[in-house]
Amino acid sequence: MYRDFGTVLIFAMLAIVLVYVPLFIQSLVAPSQKTPDKLDNYECGEEPEGSAWVQFNIRFYVIALIFLIFDVEVVFLFPWAMVFKEMGMVAFIEMGIFLLILIVGLAYVWKKGDLDWVKYNVKYGRGRYRQKASQTEGEAVGSI
Amino acid sequence: MIVDNLIDWFPTSAAWPGLTFIVAVILCAVPVFIFIAVYALVAIYGELKISSFIQDKVGPMGQGVGLHAWRWGLLQPVADALKLILKEDIIPSSADKKLFILAPFIVFIGAFIAFSALPFSQTLIIADMNIGIFYILAVSSLGVIGIILAGWSSNNKWSLYGAMRSAAQIVSYEIPAALSIVVVIMLTSTMSMQGIIQYQSGLVWGFLPNWLLFNNPFTFLAFFIFFISGVAECNRTPFDIPEAESELVAGAFTEYSGMRYAFFFLSEYANMFVVSGVAATAFMGGWQSPIPGMFNTPGWGLFWFISKSMFLIFMMIWFRWTFPRLRVDQLMDVCWKGFIPISLFNIFGVGIWYLLIG
Repeated sequence: MYRDFGTVLIFAMLAIVLVYVPLFIQSLVAPSQKTPDKLDNYECGEEPEGSAWVQFNIRFYVIALIFLIFDVEVVFLFPWAMVFKEMGMVAFIEMGIFLLILIVGLAYVWKKGDLDWVKYNVKYGRGRYRQKASQTEGEAVGSI
Repeated sequence: MIVDNLIDWFPTSAAWPGLTFIVAVILCAVPVFIFIAVYALVAIYGELKISSFIQDKVGPMGQGVGLHAWRWGLLQPVADALKLILKEDIIPSSADKKLFILAPFIVFIGAFIAFSALPFSQTLIIADMNIGIFYILAVSSLGVIGIILAGWSSNNKWSLYGAMRSAAQIVSYEIPAALSIVVVIMLTSTMSMQGIIQYQSGLVWGFLPNWLLFNNPFTFLAFFIFFISGVAECNRTPFDIPEAESELVAGAFTEYSGMRYAFFFLSEYANMFVVSGVAATAFMGGWQSPIPGMFNTPGWGLFWFISKSMFLIFMMIWFRWTFPRLRVDQLMDVCWKGFIPISLFNIFGVGIWYLLIG
């Protein structure tokens, strides 16, 4: 057991060395003529406009939250899957109840619209939002 | 397993067990790194040539003098590697330097340590841990931390967009991949990679090899869900929205150059091999021969494992030049509204199948 995970530890430490050595070689052989323009951020050749460290869209956070719930669920499923053959029907029914609760949760999130990347709550939508906006006008506004 | 054998073989193991252990692991890790490097060169060359043939071109041919020469452009990936090592190492002045430097290390660690549990043949597995497949799933998502660090520390809008999209995509597709692996473990009752492969020996349905791919309709479905999620986790086309060249320049790696960029690239290819290796192990019998009872020596085992993985990598390259890129909302819909319900249903399906048919 300690041999298995000791191997992993040494592998990780060796990976650091294996990345560092080529970087070191590069620092020896590669040219280095730094100019302020070269050290600027790339923005298609224009002068960079402001910082990139800005507030970000909340939907990434929502996805991360849903992921967290499901990932923990998956971790619970692994030990169950190990003993599934031994315990047979009992294990199956128990995990069925557990999964059912999660499926209800998924259905709730789905219905609530948190799985939609583009939220159709534009009141006077144009282009590809127009049709959806006219269909769901009124009800979708609450689901922000 | 190899580590254990090496330790037993060393005469010094009784006197200095710790030192012997470290030497044995290093003796395993260096060939693994060489394997990754050689495999990456082959895969890059393969990708160049396959893409060219699909588009009715000839690809790199290298008619000149120097490294580009030699036949059929075979040295093209070597020339690329040399070019990358000779590039100036640029860290943007407005970047967060510490995190910028740290990012490629984390991504590469995530890709590299996953190799310590891959079963290359009957005897060739560095550490046959009892939770092998779970361990690989866990460490292969370590890379996402590195990608977020890279995107955030670059202080570049392209990088930040790429990193956020990449993170959202990788964590989302991890769930269907893991749920498909649960299906495998339900049938094999073990998480050890060798145990999973040993379960898949013999025949099923009278004529097919007893790979889980053919075992029952639900595992057949699970294989496709796992493999497609794996393609998405590697940020390959058609799921390459995080580094869509035409939109985001190079995604999270826009500001990286030289060897730092090369390590992101290498890790991406290493991750492709890990995903293919796990898919081959869990669903296609790993080192088991396709003709049960024949060609099952360790040498052939290595051959079968590498060819199955390479076949899946070829599929990934093929996908890239066949399917158009998915839009970001389609990408999330495929995962959350398609794969996750199907793979949850799959678990029930396999359970009922096993309880009724056995």
